[in-house]
Amino acid sequence: MQFWIVQTLNSVAFGALLFLLSSGFSLAFGLMRIPNLAHGAFFMLGAYLGATVVYFGGNFWLAVLAAGLGVGLVGIALERFILRPLAGNIQGQVLVTLGVAFIIADVCLLLWTGDPWTVPAPPSLRPPLLLGGFAFPTYRLVVVAIALVAAVVLYVLMERTRLGAMIRAGVDDMEMARGVGIPVSLLFTIVFLLGAVLAGAAGAFGGPILNAYPGLDADMLPLALIVVILGGAGSLLGAFVGSFVVGFLYNFGIALFPDLAYFILFLPMVLVLVFVPQGLFGRALP
Amino acid sequence: MSMKRRTVLKGLLATGASVAAVKAPYVQAQPAPIRIGFLLVKTGPLASGGLQMEQGFLTYLKDRNNTIAGRRVELTVSDTTGNPAVCRTKMQELVERFNVHVVLGPLAAFEALAIDDLIRQYRMPTLALAGAEDLTQRKANPWFTRPGATSAQPSHAIADFTFKDLGARRAATTADDFAFGHENVAGFQRVFEDLGGRVVQKLWPPLNAPDYGTYLSALKPNLDAFYIGQAGSNGLKIVRQIAEYGLKGKFKLVGGFTPIDESLIQQIGEDGMGAYTGNWYSAELEFPENRKFVELMNRDYKVDPGVYAATCYLFGEVLEAAVKAAAGNVEDKETFQKAIRGVKLTNSIRGPCHFDEFGNVVGNIYIRQVQKRGNKYVNAVIKTYPNVSQFWTYNKDEFLKNPVYSRDWPPARYLEK
Repeated sequence: MQFWIVQTLNSVAFGALLFLLSSGFSLAFGLMRIPNLAHGAFFMLGAYLGATVVYFGGNFWLAVLAAGLGVGLVGIALERFILRPLAGNIQGQVLVTLGVAFIIADVCLLLWTGDPWTVPAPPSLRPPLLLGGFAFPTYRLVVVAIALVAAVVLYVLMERTRLGAMIRAGVDDMEMARGVGIPVSLLFTIVFLLGAVLAGAAGAFGGPILNAYPGLDADMLPLALIVVILGGAGSLLGAFVGSFVVGFLYNFGIALFPDLAYFILFLPMVLVLVFVPQGLFGRALP
Repeated sequence: MSMKRRTVLKGLLATGASVAAVKAPYVQAQPAPIRIGFLLVKTGPLASGGLQMEQGFLTYLKDRNNTIAGRRVELTVSDTTGNPAVCRTKMQELVERFNVHVVLGPLAAFEALAIDDLIRQYRMPTLALAGAEDLTQRKANPWFTRPGATSAQPSHAIADFTFKDLGARRAATTADDFAFGHENVAGFQRVFEDLGGRVVQKLWPPLNAPDYGTYLSALKPNLDAFYIGQAGSNGLKIVRQIAEYGLKGKFKLVGGFTPIDESLIQQIGEDGMGAYTGNWYSAELEFPENRKFVELMNRDYKVDPGVYAATCYLFGEVLEAAVKAAAGNVEDKETFQKAIRGVKLTNSIRGPCHFDEFGNVVGNIYIRQVQKRGNKYVNAVIKTYPNVSQFWTYNKDEFLKNPVYSRDWPPARYLEK
């Protein structure tokens, strides 16, 4: 029994982290029609920035803020100065994000060296939470709460504000959106910034669980891709459901069939691609 | 002068140049220098080990004024990126373009296996860090010499200690799911079970598992000991998560020579307190050469040397003895290789050591325990197994008749479903 409870909590916690990582990725993908392959690198950069702030004595929450803002700046720069000049050239944009991912990874290696940087969770959250005879890391439950808050905020933003309505219009039909006077190119920047800030903050939140180390980017990007393929690009609900599905598949796959863990993780992605190519909650992209 | 050179060395480190020739600023009236090729991983997930390897060897060179046994050294560093195919190319480049006399490295077992045939073909004296058992056992390469340890050499000793000194009978194991991890755990399991212990669970998280929570929650109850063989930053991750899942103190935490490395021990900190690891090295060893090495590493890099840095300093010590024995004649490969294999160090950073007929080291294995000294965590040496060979106490011929250590050998008879 305890096994199932702890594994379920593990899955939920990992899903929560994945949601923070992939929600912005999904929105930008849906709107701009390109997967930002530097998203994993954004996550890693956020983890390093967070670790650095904590290392120099900063508060953990300040570290999250700094990571979000710092990576947000990189995101704006990437969108404005690199992607914008390549507008219309989707292949070129995808490849250039991959190139930027490599550059960020190498700069991180140069600045933070090859040694992993560990981020202690805030001291008050360090002792494990004892729940009727078994222990669970308190910090992970806090990450779940934060992801839920982020989900609600993003939902309100997307469904209840004018900005959200414009973004949804852009995702659904960009030509029409332009036609009715929505400043789509400004939306690009906003959504890309949002994605980068979320990825950076997610990196800082992920620090105490995953550590910041060279290669973190390449470990996380495929997971974000699976989430988006499962849930559908541009769909917040899709990112939410996809994250927790991947969280559960990943954890229970490892716990029950360790030799098949990656197979179990990627099989649903293949099935979804074959039978529902636009994803469970996505719209077919034109 | 020497200050200036240090700056140059650091600059080279910082640029991360894939090929960097480090030359002494003052050329002595000597014939050609000894050319040394250094295969390192400087990019990707294995880069932290590569960086420490470089620091260890540069520390050695700096201490010897960039000479070995009186001959000037010309060092060429190549980045293999941790990719076996790139490692082959770099090996070819070192031999054919830079005409090196000896090759140091590589780090990873699959890299060593990838250049095995090149080493033979070039007949190139090679000092390796990689653990791959069979390169000094069933498929022994006559040009390959390993001064550190095979993957499982220290595992045998810690298994003996876990059973006899800690009194553990029921254990679980975990290591990264690749050749090094398999061999590392196999050595522990074999000795532990031959003594009468039982390994009831073996966990194999992938090398790039983002998180060990799932594995740790699946651990069997009532374990006496939990053996960890994770390499690089994974060691830090697993020790920390054992504490986070409230498992610290529920069993004796024991490990091989990779998980609680000096380069990570300050970050592991309290979570690792009391853990036992078996290793051929500890920064705490009192040998005079080691005290000097630790001091130099702290002066230049502000860290205690871990096993990667130590291996490469040891490379230097072995080379020095070999060049002396060959009377400086490194150009004659046969003579030089014979001299390397014949090296007997009495006062190295790891204490006395020499090589067996397969080119693998025979030397002390230390049992270390994480303790706190002042505000610093250290791997205190609490027991020494003297003169340990790669075959442990087994008969060499019997040992070699068995298959090489792997995920499936020796078979785990006591696994609980």
